[in-house]
This record gives sequence, structure tokens and C-alpha cells, in this order.
Amino acid sequence: MVKYIIQRFLMMIVTILIIATLTFFLMHAIPGSPLDSDRTTNPAIQENLEKFYKLDQPLSSQYVSYLKSIITFDFGPSIKKPNETVNSLISRGFPISFELGMVTILVAVISGVILGTLAALRHNGVVDYLAMTFAVVGISLPNFILATLVIKVFAGELGWFPAATWQSPMHMVLPTLALATGPMAIIARLTRASMLEVLTQDYIKMAKAKGLKPWKIIIRYALRNAMMPVVTIMGTMLASILTGTFVIEKIFAIPGMGKYFVESINNRDYPVIMGTTVFYSTFLVVMLFLVDIVYGILDPRIKLHKKEGDAS
Amino acid sequence: MTSKVNYDEQQLQNLSTKVGKKMLEVQDLHVTFKTYGGEVHAVRGVTFDLYEGETLAIVGESGCGKSVTSNAIMGLIPQPPGKISNGRIFFKGKDLTKLNKNALRKVQGVDISMIFQDPMTALNPTLTVGEQLTDGLRTHKSISKIEANKKAIEILNLVGIPNPEERLKQYPHQFSGGMRQRIVIAIALICEPLLLIADEPTTALDVTIQAQILELFEEIQEKTGVSIILITHDLGVVAKIADRIAVMYAGKIIEIGMKREIFYNPTHPYTKGLLNSVPRLDLLEEELEPIEGTPPDLFAPPKGCAFAARCPFAMEVCDYVQPETTYLTTSHYTDCWLQDERAKGLFSE
Repeated sequence: MVKYIIQRFLMMIVTILIIATLTFFLMHAIPGSPLDSDRTTNPAIQENLEKFYKLDQPLSSQYVSYLKSIITFDFGPSIKKPNETVNSLISRGFPISFELGMVTILVAVISGVILGTLAALRHNGVVDYLAMTFAVVGISLPNFILATLVIKVFAGELGWFPAATWQSPMHMVLPTLALATGPMAIIARLTRASMLEVLTQDYIKMAKAKGLKPWKIIIRYALRNAMMPVVTIMGTMLASILTGTFVIEKIFAIPGMGKYFVESINNRDYPVIMGTTVFYSTFLVVMLFLVDIVYGILDPRIKLHKKEGDAS
Repeated sequence: MTSKVNYDEQQLQNLSTKVGKKMLEVQDLHVTFKTYGGEVHAVRGVTFDLYEGETLAIVGESGCGKSVTSNAIMGLIPQPPGKISNGRIFFKGKDLTKLNKNALRKVQGVDISMIFQDPMTALNPTLTVGEQLTDGLRTHKSISKIEANKKAIEILNLVGIPNPEERLKQYPHQFSGGMRQRIVIAIALICEPLLLIADEPTTALDVTIQAQILELFEEIQEKTGVSIILITHDLGVVAKIADRIAVMYAGKIIEIGMKREIFYNPTHPYTKGLLNSVPRLDLLEEELEPIEGTPPDLFAPPKGCAFAARCPFAMEVCDYVQPETTYLTTSHYTDCWLQDERAKGLFSE
């Protein structure tokens, strides 16, 4: 186990390094510079600015100092936002994005699993058809469309929830709804399919033959086995939800990290692009690692370390 | 060895000394399944009794309704699409078909338990063997975890699993096929059932392991006095451990009798056909005789005897009228027109 974790950790470092390198060179391949602007600036000032941000140095030495900044996790000041460092942007924006992302994941997983399980238990019944219709709609609708829709209905027409900004739990409802529906629909469909398969297994029949209570059979015997495919897609789903927050944050005027991320690309704000990308990829890689660990806990057949030579 | 001798009186006596009272009475059981193609009449009037401490084998080819019969006793017929459309199953005087789900659960796993065919799929891969052994026990009996574990170790010892204390903490994938089947048997035995239904318990196992498992059954029966219903298509298994044999064909029991009566004095042409299609070590030259044809379509069961179309001795009456039960001895009876008084002498073998 320890060996596995060390192995994974080393691989994580390599992965992050590759992402960081790709980001760096792609970023510099985009024409333009952070110091371009509509107004003409004094060439002397321009030169001084370039010197200050080390943009006058050759790309290779910029790359080296960039790698240094990754290791120390200090990306320096933002070019476009005076008085802000990349770290301060992240520490201000990320908790909000993280909160939104986690609430979304939680809502999506819990409601998706319940919906999928109900659909499987009432296979070909009314509940099944309703749940699956809902799931198809949920998968087909992009979250930004859903976002405008829920704002119009729940904030505009009904006035139940505030339409935008991030202040109280009430403010969280609409963005979470917009963001969670898609993943929830995917999880519901996946749970249903996998549950239907598990329910036909002999060990379910055997649990019934033991005279166990029905809810116990579903939770202990069926659900745990049916969760494997759901856990598998959790990793990539985390990625899509966290990137999905960029759009949703924009629509709901949430001061999360997404705003800075998108803005930084438009502005060629090099330190911010690099800082946020490295930060996000690190976060995702760690999350994927956690998913793998959960996988091993759920299914004892999956070994996280090398074989010990057990039977079969 | 003299065949064609009726051991009935002697055997019945043996039966009543070895076994006690009637514990299970299945009367005219009918099970149907609704499918897109129509209604399948899987079990069409099965009647048999089971005594305490005996082993009854139900044999027959695939699709003859033997598993459905055992599932019906176990209350495992999925409803819908399945339905017990007629008949009664008395277990210790209680009609199981009339019990509600909660009452049925108190019988399932406690008084009647079941062993499944494939030990590779019958165990939940995500729970330890110990958890799977004890959860039935803890559902039905108010018993502490420590007590339950003690009982589990005891039962693993009984089914012949070495180091039970260690093994309890392991997962099914850490066991071999034969060991898994022993665990499945242990799970079935842990609540000390009166009746054990074994649905093809050796089919998925290697031949050497099969023999071990069959010996285990005999040993368990000796120690606990449990009655066993053994569902199988393997006549070798039957010859080894059964006391009585019921032969099923197309949803009906067509012949039932003591093991010797069925093996040495089979009367129904289907039973004879089954026995002839088993390879024998003592008759090397003889070729195996297959039973020609296929079983009837149970979407539309035939009006007369279901075997008539494949039967080399079929008479006109067989196509139109269901044969009645003929009692050959007190323990041996068959549903075949050939045994009718009026048909005697038509075919002299």
C-alpha cells in the first residue's frame, strides 16, 4: 500500500510537470502579450514593464523560473490586476469554487444514486420511465441553458431564490441545481444499469434465501456492488464539474476562481494562467488518486499493490 | 444383485426408522411465468412429500421445472412475472403459499435454506465471508457479534475449512471453487435448518471436488439430521446420496420411488431413457442411447402425456389423456398409461 502510494505520488508529479510544460508553451504560442493594449504606451515604460515581469528574457530562462515558481508555489503578482498576487486570487476564489463544486457533487451523487436505484427496483414501472426521461433531459441540456432557465423560473417568475451572487445558502440553490443536473442524470442512468445487472446475480438471490430484510439486501448486497461504475466515472466527473463551474460562476456572478481563469486567458495574464492551471491540475490529480483508493475499499478484489499470490 | 424385486415393505420400514415425520408436503403445485411470448407453464401439478432426515433427489433435464419447484418452496419465485397459480406447500403444517412476506422471511434461511449452483457467483464479492455467514444468523436470532462469530467458526469447522478464525476475515475471491461451495453450504447451515434445498450443488465443480462435497452432505445429514432436497441432472450424484428419487419431465413428476426402485426397476419410458443415456463402466461395448426428440413447448403443454411424442411405446390414449398415477408399491409410483391394468401385456419386453 505504501509502495503504491509512493508510486502514484511520483506519477502525479510527472503528470503535473507535463501539464505545466504544455500550458507554458501553448500560452506563449498564442500571439500577443499581456502588455499589449489599445492605448499606445511609452516605449520606455513598455520596456521597463517587460523587464519587471521578466518577459524580455529568452523563453528557456522564463521556463526555468516558471518551474521554480511551481515548486515554491509562488506565482508572483498578476500582470493585469495590480496589487494582486496569483496566490491571493486563488486563496480568495478557490474556496468558493470548491464549495460550489463539492455541494454539486454531493447533490449529484446522492440524488443520482437514489433515482437510479428506485428506477432499477421499479424496472419498467412508472418510476423507472419518469426517472429515465428526466435523465435524458438532464444529460441533453447544457448547464448554461439550464442556468438561464432556472433563473427565469425560480428567481424571475416564482421569486423563491436569489438570481445571482454568493452570500447565503439560499444563493447556492440555483447554481447547484444548474450544475448538478447533468452529472446527476449520468449517475442515475449508470446506477440503474449497474443495479439491474447486480440484482440478477446469484448472491442477491442467496441473500433473499437467507431471509434478510429487503432494505438490507439493497444497501449491503446490491448497492455496494452497483457503485463500482459510478466511482469509476467520479474522477472525470469531478473534472467536468470543476471546469463547468467557470460558466456557471459567470452566469450567477459568483466570485469563484472560474472568473479569474477565463479572464486571465483573455488578458494573456501569464502568471495567473499558469498558477490556476497548475493549481487545478494538482487538485484533479489528487482527486483521481482518492477515487482510486475508494475503489479499492469498495471492492476488495481490486488490489492497490502487487499480488500476494492468493487463490484464483 | 437381484433386480426387479420390490423392496418396498423393507425399505419403507427402513425409511420410517431412519426418518421421522412428514415435514414437507407439496400438493398439486402449479407455477406460471408471464413473458412477452405468452404464459409459460413451468410447473404443472407437482405433488410429493418429504420426511425428516431423508434425501430426496429431483432429477430431470434442463427446463423440466426442477429449479422452479425448489424456488417455489423457498419463496424465491419473482412475482411478477412468476406466479404460484395453484397448489399448496405445507411445511410443518403451515401453508407457505399463504404466508405474507414477513412471515415467509422467518421460514427462509431459518427452517429452510438453499444452496446455489455456482459458488463463484453465489457469494457477494464485497463482503467478508464472516459477514456473509453471520448476517442471516443475526437477522433471525438475537445474538451478539461475538456469539455469531463463534457459531460461524463452529460451522466452518463442520464443513471442513481449515483455520476458520483467519478465514472469516477473508473475501470470497481468496477461496478456491470447492472452498467457496463449502462456505455456501456453511451459510445455508448456520441457522440450523430443518430442510436444505441444494440446487445442482456440484454442477459447477471439478469431479474430485464433487465427490468431496457429496461426502460432506452425507456427513452433515448424519450430524444434524437435516432433510435434503437435491436438484440435479447428474444421476451419478443421485446414486451416491439420495434415499428417494423423483423424476421430473415437462413440469410434472412422472415417476417417484426409492433409489433402488428407480435404478433397478424403472417403469416410465423416460426414466428408462435417462438411465440408458448414462455411461456405464461395466458395459464398455454398449453405446449410449440418447432420448430422441426435445421436450414439449411449455407455452402450450400437450393435452395428454408430455412424453408421448418422444416415447417409443406411445399409444393413442397417451396423446389425448393425461395418465393417472399408478401405485406400483407403497413408495414407488408413476404417471404412465403403460402401467394401467388395461395396457398390461401390450408390450412384452
